Amino acid sequence: MASITFREVEGSSLKYWLLFGGIGLFVLFGFLSYLYMHHHGHVVTGMDNQIVWGLPHVFAVFLIVAASGALNVASIASVFNKPMYKPLAPLSAILALALMLGGLLVLVLDLGRSDRLIVAMTHFNFTSMFTWNVFLYSGFFALVGIYLWTMLDRNVKAYSKAAGTAAFIWRLILTTGTGSLFGFLIARELYGTAMLAPMFIIMSFAYGLAIYLMVLAAAYAWTGRPLGDAVMLRLKSLLAVFVAAVLYFVVVYHLTNLYFAKMGSVESFILRDGGIITTLFWVGQIVIGCVIPLVILLTGLGKQRTWIMIACFLVVLGGIAQMYVTIIGAQAYPLDMFPGMTMKSSFYDGVVHGYAPTMPELFLGLGGVAIALLVTTFAVKVLRLLPANLDDATVAKLEH
Amino acid sequence: MSDMKPMPETSPNSPERRRFISAATVAAGVTLVPGVMLIEVAHGRPEDQPASSAVRWGMLVDATKCAAGCDECVSACSTENGWTPVAESKHPKQAPQWIRKLELQDPLTQMETNLPMMCQHCAEPPCVDVCPTGASFKRADGIVLVNRHTCIGCRYCMMACPYKARSLVHEPLNDTQKPDVPRGIGCVEACTFCVQKVDRGDGTTACVEACTAAGHNALVFGDMNDPESEISRRLRELPTKQVRADLNLNLGVRYHGI
Repeated sequence: MASITFREVEGSSLKYWLLFGGIGLFVLFGFLSYLYMHHHGHVVTGMDNQIVWGLPHVFAVFLIVAASGALNVASIASVFNKPMYKPLAPLSAILALALMLGGLLVLVLDLGRSDRLIVAMTHFNFTSMFTWNVFLYSGFFALVGIYLWTMLDRNVKAYSKAAGTAAFIWRLILTTGTGSLFGFLIARELYGTAMLAPMFIIMSFAYGLAIYLMVLAAAYAWTGRPLGDAVMLRLKSLLAVFVAAVLYFVVVYHLTNLYFAKMGSVESFILRDGGIITTLFWVGQIVIGCVIPLVILLTGLGKQRTWIMIACFLVVLGGIAQMYVTIIGAQAYPLDMFPGMTMKSSFYDGVVHGYAPTMPELFLGLGGVAIALLVTTFAVKVLRLLPANLDDATVAKLEH
Repeated sequence: MSDMKPMPETSPNSPERRRFISAATVAAGVTLVPGVMLIEVAHGRPEDQPASSAVRWGMLVDATKCAAGCDECVSACSTENGWTPVAESKHPKQAPQWIRKLELQDPLTQMETNLPMMCQHCAEPPCVDVCPTGASFKRADGIVLVNRHTCIGCRYCMMACPYKARSLVHEPLNDTQKPDVPRGIGCVEACTFCVQKVDRGDGTTACVEACTAAGHNALVFGDMNDPESEISRRLRELPTKQVRADLNLNLGVRYHGI
């Protein structure tokens, strides 16, 4: 097998620092949003006692789910022994860490008492899925960190497969935990199902790979390094499979719900009467997030890099729409405490809850995305994560 | 010493002395009696003793007696616990509501039912299950509470509660806070069954007192483990239901007439 040379991105050009500064600006906006929300309380957000988890959670959960998915490329290389993926693995691992960091920061900065984070680190309730996730996230950082180390340091290279396998198993458990944050809730009709755990796993495959492909293509285009079609076409086919699987899970989930009379009204809300939620479901999650990317990736369009990038971007947009529908949509529909009865109260019982996110919430969420990108941009400068050359000839040698 | 004034006459039988003694006795009585009474009241549960699982506090809501348009229970709760009534809040959608009146209607028969809805003090509370720090907890006597010091404001309990019983404090609190009802911005809160009153030994809650005072008698509070208590007696006689009984959470609030 041919060896591959990894090299840091020089990162001294004006373009690099402009990129770094531009992303940094969004990190700053995110931080200022946090300070504003923390100072005034959640009263300055669109969240209330009806929609208790808002846009920050949409971004946070999306980033956490995408983080575990971004690790897939590395897993394919070391767990499933595909040599072609080996040079792609270090970027995959750092991206996973960066996305996880971004997501977690948004999550903890949206706490009502973010100043009490230490309490969350020292008081545990093991019947809580949140508590389990605290350990799953910490373990993810540790295992992926070790895995990255085994990839970058020749002295410990022998442990790479073991570390990669551990990280792979851990990430499956982690996304099971993220899906189960919702799956373990009995109160709301759309949650409380084991379906959410595997569905989140397959979503993580799609979102993580879409982000990975965009970062990979951007890194190679902006540094002028050769990136052959072999890599891109292989990964875009994989993305098509993941997106199709997401669509399959979403269809089965809603079909099953539709079959049960008790779920009829909440399904009508999501699929037909939910206004912005319905639009986000059909236009955002299904058409933009699944159908158009599938058409692009499975037809001749998918052979052109620009179209692959468009497909990836649409998968990410669809992913955010999906999180919005999953998190906000389920809360917007009123709790059915007295089935068959209409309900009225000063606490908005029995009515669909509106939600209009405010600027601080949007910028806090975007700040998480920016943190992930900033960490990645900095990491490729200081660590040897990217192969100097990924043209078709170099990649072909790996397979023989 | 001849210039000294003679001492006033203070023989045991002097009227002045008698007046002084009786005034002092009254003063001592006025000072001491409330203290003695407080000691009596405190026998509800001394501070150094934990809540006992021999007791299970519960409430019976007789929806057939709950009057339409009456919100005495809500006002009393707000006054007792120091939360701003929603009508006075600048941010009604974000304002905490520990208890609210629900108006139900059967769309087929048009029958209307009124009832108060608040924390149901489940024996198997989902909020306690999901709380990452253990801030949501159930006392041995069945009262479900939030520890103000360890609640991180993650709102997972609000996602988990099937009764929408919990509120987040969205903004800095004004000075209506009560010394025995700690609240705080960024923390989640809900009906406490007036735990401060229960622990004082009042044996009732503000909403029950208000409902009774208004002459509706729709609410009964008491120890469901004590077969002689009024609530146990009434629960034996009246057919009652638990809201979302399908969830099998074994609620501390039981409804008649729903």
